[in-house]
Amino acid sequence: MSVKTLTIDGKMVTGIAGETIFNVAWNSGVRIPRLCHVGGVSDVGACRLCLVEIEGQKKLMASCMTNVEEGMVVRTNTERLQSHRRLILELLFAERNHICAVCVMNGQCELQDMAEELGMDHVRMRYLFPKLEVDTSHERFGLDHNRCILCTRCVRVCDEVEGAHTWDLKGRGVNSLIIADLGEPWGQSDTCTSCGKCVQVCPTGALFSKGRTVGEMRKDRRFLKYIVTAREKHQWIR
Amino acid sequence: MSETITISPVTRIEGHARVSIYVDDAGEVDSAQFHVVEFRGFEKMCEGRPFHEMPGLMSRICGICPVSHVLASSKAGDAILGVQVPPAAEKQRRLINCAQVLQSHALSFFHLSSPDLLMGMDSDPGKRNIFGLVDADPDFARRGIRLRQFGQRIVEILGGKRIHPSWGAPGGVLKVLSTAERDEMLGWVPEAYETLEIAFRRLKSVLDSFQEEVRHIGNFPTLFLGMVNEDGEMDFYDGRIRIVDSEGNIVADGLDPNRYATYLGEASEEWSYMKFPYYKPLGYPGGMYRVGPLARVNVVHAMGAPRADRELREFRQRTWVVRNESFHYHQARLIEMLYSVEAIEDLLNDPEILKEHVRVNAGQNNSEGIGCCEAPRGTLFHHYQVDDDGRIKKANLLIATSQNNLAINKAVEQTAKRFVNPGRLAEGMLNRVEAAIRCYDPCLSCSTHAVGQMPLSIELIGPDGSVLDRVAR
Repeated sequence: MSVKTLTIDGKMVTGIAGETIFNVAWNSGVRIPRLCHVGGVSDVGACRLCLVEIEGQKKLMASCMTNVEEGMVVRTNTERLQSHRRLILELLFAERNHICAVCVMNGQCELQDMAEELGMDHVRMRYLFPKLEVDTSHERFGLDHNRCILCTRCVRVCDEVEGAHTWDLKGRGVNSLIIADLGEPWGQSDTCTSCGKCVQVCPTGALFSKGRTVGEMRKDRRFLKYIVTAREKHQWIR
Repeated sequence: MSETITISPVTRIEGHARVSIYVDDAGEVDSAQFHVVEFRGFEKMCEGRPFHEMPGLMSRICGICPVSHVLASSKAGDAILGVQVPPAAEKQRRLINCAQVLQSHALSFFHLSSPDLLMGMDSDPGKRNIFGLVDADPDFARRGIRLRQFGQRIVEILGGKRIHPSWGAPGGVLKVLSTAERDEMLGWVPEAYETLEIAFRRLKSVLDSFQEEVRHIGNFPTLFLGMVNEDGEMDFYDGRIRIVDSEGNIVADGLDPNRYATYLGEASEEWSYMKFPYYKPLGYPGGMYRVGPLARVNVVHAMGAPRADRELREFRQRTWVVRNESFHYHQARLIEMLYSVEAIEDLLNDPEILKEHVRVNAGQNNSEGIGCCEAPRGTLFHHYQVDDDGRIKKANLLIATSQNNLAINKAVEQTAKRFVNPGRLAEGMLNRVEAAIRCYDPCLSCSTHAVGQMPLSIELIGPDGSVLDRVAR
């Protein structure tokens, strides 16, 4: 196991070969913004919020998808990065119908928090206002495409932790949609075990428990760490 | 030469409106119309949303009376679930509704209408507002503001915030009330009684100087509609609909709010975004009826609270006379504020309101639900139809201000005919037209399902349709 030494925001840090810049940064107390990353499942680099500058490289790199290298010099919070991150958030808000005031996750939403944290106070592009359905066919849960940011946390947790692979994506670009099985209403899915892991990891109000009213939805992701620790270390501890 | 006077925008009301006064060839006022010039379309935008979200969504209709919409919406949700809410939840809902009526009426009376009442209809328009009142009578203005604050504070304690609380939900409410919160609210009660006593005294002392206005600002016979409890007393939260005529005869009683569509119709006119509801058996526009404070005190046998009942008896001159003068909406509003404070005190002294069981859970058991309650401006109906997955297929909102639409138009016309002299326009004349509208404390945000303050403009329009004069602020 070789150890890599690098600099993140002027701070000397060490990571293990194969570890991502994102993980090493967080472990060293450098908080890189993210929306698609969730501890316990694989990363896909969907949200691009964790972009960082690496000295010697022209391209910005998604820190969750880039492994640490010896002698790397990484910057995580330059003005350029902040500007790009705000733009990414603006695009997310413009793409779907994120109306915080009437959302079940108002006050608890990671997208909302991120917008506040990164100082996104307005959206410069035209809203698309797509006409998207709400799928409330499942007995316990609902899926509101209007609030989905296509982070695919639900897809990954369903596949990698629950092992059901109910969720997947259809379409391309802004027209992509989360689908259950081959595009059935969620309530008719043959594979869904109704475990609710997808709901708990969803960063916004896109996946929610039915019966929740505005601002009432709470999500708890501690289960994920518990399961992953149990599986990997055979330790059943909270 | 005939012409049209336009008041645009109308001031000190909630929303945006315009008044057109049509003048005939003889130079006399021929007719007048009250146009609501804003459109929102809430009924359409909630289609496809899960019905559980509706109270929070509906609370966004209005910043003045969000609570009423939350309640009507939650009640419609209760009906879709097919449940009865726990007693503590019902009491909390009653409490917040009284607080809502109190704060909204205080806003109408102290902030919007008392400048007319206490400073005079013809006083300097630059000072005829709440700031002028603060200069002229700081103690009275401060008390008014504090009274409204009391109502708002209750809304804040229960609902989490003063404006647009989303605390109501199908099946109950979201929060358990604590003893400390209850005690804080009770602490406000004595001051509220004092303020209302002073307000009654001030209003009664100036009524004599407004005899012309009382007689000619919206004084005409109509039906009155309001909700009463099983004893025929005032009830803002639940009960049956009663309709009385201009002489106090009961036209219909015990009407089920769930069947409102069988006895209330809605007409549209191309010159206003606000609908024109009417009482179906008498047709349109003959079925004109009024709702709100004056209607409610006209339909009840009694208020069911001792202090408010004393004031009601005096208002009715010790017999059950129905007051047709729209000007008396102000006094009716005071009576209702007093009733609200008494009801708030009673509810807070009931230990059951502190119980922890405040919400019942159930699945969707019905495909349709109607919620009805008394909002500050009158009876409010929310009617939802949902699909098998609980998504709104159709929503119909019957709003208090729109139910007064026919009457507001008639009041505007009557006032214009009596007070507006097209040959010699004076600001005070047009202010009386606005005052006619303010009697109803219309909330156009709600009734067109709009945002912000409500400026009103008045236009004087000639027979050829040209705008001859315009007063706007």
